[in-house]
Amino acid sequence: MLTKRIIPCLDIKNGRTVKGVNFVDLRDAGDPVELAKQYALKGADELVFLDISATLEGRKTRIEMVLKVAEQVNIPFTVGGGISSIADVDVLLQSGADKVSINSSAVKRPELINELANKFGSQCVVVAIDAKNINGNWMVHLAGGTIPTELNLFDWAKEVEQRGAGEILFTSMDNDGTKDGFANEALAKLSEELNIPIIASGGAGTIQHFIDTFKIGKSDAALAASVFHFGEIPILDLKEALKKENIPVRL
Amino acid sequence: MTIAIIKYGMGNVASVQKVLKKLGYNSIITNYAEDIRNADLILLPGVGSFKKGMENLKQYGLIEVLNEEVLNKKKPFIGICLGMQLLATYGNEPTKVKGLNFIKGEVIKINSPKNLRVPHLGWNSLNIVSNQKSELYKPFNKQDFYFIHSYHFKAEAIEDVCITVNYDLEMVAGLQKDNIYAMQFHPEKSQEVGLLLLKTIIDQYA
Repeated sequence: MLTKRIIPCLDIKNGRTVKGVNFVDLRDAGDPVELAKQYALKGADELVFLDISATLEGRKTRIEMVLKVAEQVNIPFTVGGGISSIADVDVLLQSGADKVSINSSAVKRPELINELANKFGSQCVVVAIDAKNINGNWMVHLAGGTIPTELNLFDWAKEVEQRGAGEILFTSMDNDGTKDGFANEALAKLSEELNIPIIASGGAGTIQHFIDTFKIGKSDAALAASVFHFGEIPILDLKEALKKENIPVRL
Repeated sequence: MTIAIIKYGMGNVASVQKVLKKLGYNSIITNYAEDIRNADLILLPGVGSFKKGMENLKQYGLIEVLNEEVLNKKKPFIGICLGMQLLATYGNEPTKVKGLNFIKGEVIKINSPKNLRVPHLGWNSLNIVSNQKSELYKPFNKQDFYFIHSYHFKAEAIEDVCITVNYDLEMVAGLQKDNIYAMQFHPEKSQEVGLLLLKTIIDQYA
């Protein structure tokens, strides 16, 4: 049976993990490669690296990081952040990334999704969508949630699927950082209206939140950062708990 | 022994090479016929569309050398993901095209009666088909491997199928015919168990 995926997300700047990471048995908590190895060892099904480097130098460092991760970790990983062209994707995939995640650049130029899917295959194109519930309407936001758009989450998600995305990573800005649980109502609606896998993101605080997003939110995968980085929820404990709830996981 | 990993512009060949290196095998990433002739084992990886994959094999002039080495000379061959699908008689991504025809069958879009998600993406457990070939694969029964694909291989001859995977419908996950080993999942992305499967196959020839 296909299992539900647990995906730690690492924020990267200039080749280093940012945001607090507090991991036991780790020589250097800022080194994304070390962290990736630990996660792979401790039951993560996939990894997402979100790169927020703004400079060209930072982008070069990212490639070095991707090469090292590919060399030392053999679970699939996705790289996102500032990707806006075929050339950007080409170098990341050549360096060993399995998938790329695009967000703002897809909203600005939706044809990019078609171009990437045609050139590299849908399986490596993840479209990340950040949205906020404004008076009952889920509206897409850009640039880390700072810029509102006129796009409705569900319309945009359907367009993204039609254009060839292989997966959607949906972050609810209302839930992100709250540790109050995932946006399960919107997630369930996405799952019902779409045929590609949906990754839930934003709001993880307890094991129960993961159970809920798989059962109520019908998510295919759940992504989180701080609860994993600070060891609040060990991934293996989480998976044992999910298994007890009859949610299929890889153990 | 030397393993020739075929480079034909379909996805990342480097991660396959890294895994082979970790297992202690010598390999080269190549699209030169001479390298392929000199190798002891041929590995065809790949992700992307069937049609583009065949076009690229043709463009690099690799079809003749594969026919000669794999079909005629029976050199051991491993196909992974698209590298398995291209062995079929026909593919359909995005339109119907001829494949290598090393294993009779057609690659078709996953069309589940329950409308399950496509791609079939994530970790799923292998079912080892019980036949004369199953001894090799037995340790991997019910083990989870990483899959990511939207099309699946419908094999004509049941005896070519050695592994299946359940995703509402029972799909082919592994094929074996003589010297040809093929898998839909990604052993190079499936941690220790993936490495062990590759080692199990390759060590028969080492």
